[in-house]
Amino acid sequence: MLEIIDLLGSLTFYGTAYGMVLYLLAVGLSVTLGLMRFINLAHGVFAMTGGYLTVTAMSRLGVPFLPAVLAAVILVGALGMLLERTLCRRLYKAPILEQVLFSIGLIFVSIAIARYLFGPLAQPITLPGWLSGRLDVGIGVFPTYRVFLVGVGALLALAIWAGIERTRFGASVRAAVDNRRMAESVGINVDLVFMVCFGLGTALAALGGSLGADLLPIYPGYPNDYLVYFLIVVAVAGAGNVGGALAVALAFGIVDTMIRYFLPDFGRVLIFVLVMAVLYRRPHGFAPKIHA
Amino acid sequence: MTATRLLDGLVIAALAIVPVLAPGYLDLGTRIVIVALCAMSLDLVVGYCGLVTLGHAAFFGVGAYAAGIFALRASAEPLAGLLVGGAAAALLGILSGAVLLRSRRLTLIMLSLATVLVVQETANKLGWLTGGADGLQGISMAPVAGLFAFDLFGRVSYVYAAVVLALGFLVFRSLVDSNFGRSLVGIRENEARMRAIGTPVDARLRAAFVIAAAMAGVAGALQAQVAEFVALNALSVEFSSEILIMLILGGAGRRYGAFLGAPVYVVMQDYLAREDPANWYLWIGLLLLAIVFLAPGGLTAWVSALSRRLGWSRP
Repeated sequence: MLEIIDLLGSLTFYGTAYGMVLYLLAVGLSVTLGLMRFINLAHGVFAMTGGYLTVTAMSRLGVPFLPAVLAAVILVGALGMLLERTLCRRLYKAPILEQVLFSIGLIFVSIAIARYLFGPLAQPITLPGWLSGRLDVGIGVFPTYRVFLVGVGALLALAIWAGIERTRFGASVRAAVDNRRMAESVGINVDLVFMVCFGLGTALAALGGSLGADLLPIYPGYPNDYLVYFLIVVAVAGAGNVGGALAVALAFGIVDTMIRYFLPDFGRVLIFVLVMAVLYRRPHGFAPKIHA
Repeated sequence: MTATRLLDGLVIAALAIVPVLAPGYLDLGTRIVIVALCAMSLDLVVGYCGLVTLGHAAFFGVGAYAAGIFALRASAEPLAGLLVGGAAAALLGILSGAVLLRSRRLTLIMLSLATVLVVQETANKLGWLTGGADGLQGISMAPVAGLFAFDLFGRVSYVYAAVVLALGFLVFRSLVDSNFGRSLVGIRENEARMRAIGTPVDARLRAAFVIAAAMAGVAGALQAQVAEFVALNALSVEFSSEILIMLILGGAGRRYGAFLGAPVYVVMQDYLAREDPANWYLWIGLLLLAIVFLAPGGLTAWVSALSRRLGWSRP
């Protein structure tokens, strides 16, 4: 009996670490979708770019782990803002089909570039010494890396919540989500809000890609193969529902980990069927009603 | 209307003329015909209903597997196999449509991706029935209608597939020209308004979805019969995106999109696979970005704009 509780406990923990990475990867997508109604299927490209930058900075330039992650996050955030300014912005009012094509095009180009620069194999990340041991966290002894992921994820979730609910910028974001024209007429620079949000979203994706590189390996197929997982988090939580995205990502991480452990053969089928069942009951996810 | 009729005839004439013009490229021609049928079926959903999905390969793949398994275990008669493939895909269309069509936009895209992944994983795991990762092997087809045996040069394959595509186009044409087709366009343009005037929106969308699924299933069945093999990647997300790309390249919701997009895409893929295989993804990605920013509406829109400029047709 005790063993079962122990097993469930550690599966829950591993699931939480995985869910935290998913949350970081998906939260930016949720915001861009809720705010700009922009369906950016290429969100994983930014995560992959962040991962590649971190790995390269560490292995070729000898930069330590944390500064490498920080540099990758800043660079990708800047790249995101540039892309928003030049290309994405033109597609906000375009039909969804064009947004989807644009993102698929971006995914394909990035896959080609990644394969050209780094080859088809996954890039191993060498975790620093202080992350590679094991740590006793009270409920059990777990790899320090996973404990670190859970801790960083929790801190960031708190920071994002505070940023949206408690700052002036967050208030502008919420206003622009609820009613863009009204927000503009009270003097909010919605274009700027869009650009900064897009940049922050891509930076968070890069952070998820870099920190999670040992969990979700960085390889050219990354933006395509993990796409469905980002989309599940966003769709089930509902567009723009940032708090919901955390709950859904954690729940998905835990349930997925358990199903894979107990039913390795049909685990993938089962988790998708479960997601379909949830969305059958709630086609719009768990988002609080947004006034369009 | 006469211009449309002329162009419709031209499409069918083009199908007939390929074996005369390019007898050495019949295999490529057959491939084009099959994916064109699949892209045309997707056009009903994406172009006419305005629902963007990335899951059409699920129907193509299920049709292919159903026809392949039917040929192996029941009867090697191709025409019966087409019906089985179409029916299996229609069944999946009814089931998945019930879930998918409650959602729109991003959720719909996600659910359609999940459908492909579920079907793919199931086919992969049911190795005793589907051959798993090795693919479904050992199919040997009987002559079409008991008369035309498949030959080494692919002549019968091409004619068989082309006739099925021509018949499919006649069905597609009568659908999009009917009141049913008009109501789909109405739903695409303004769903709320169509609901308000009493159109049974959900039933219409479900019907279009199932018809499209069945057509894609027939295309899959053709593929299985002509190749006498079904590969697991008939059921992949990549193939789903390829079909969508072909359709968009030609122009979605513009009647001939699949007939322009499929040949251009397949010929380009064939050429680049020989000349520059490493950078295929780069070229196709750049092509997509070019379509979005330079030629929204695809080749058909481009051609009709050109013909307007030249004064061939009234705006």
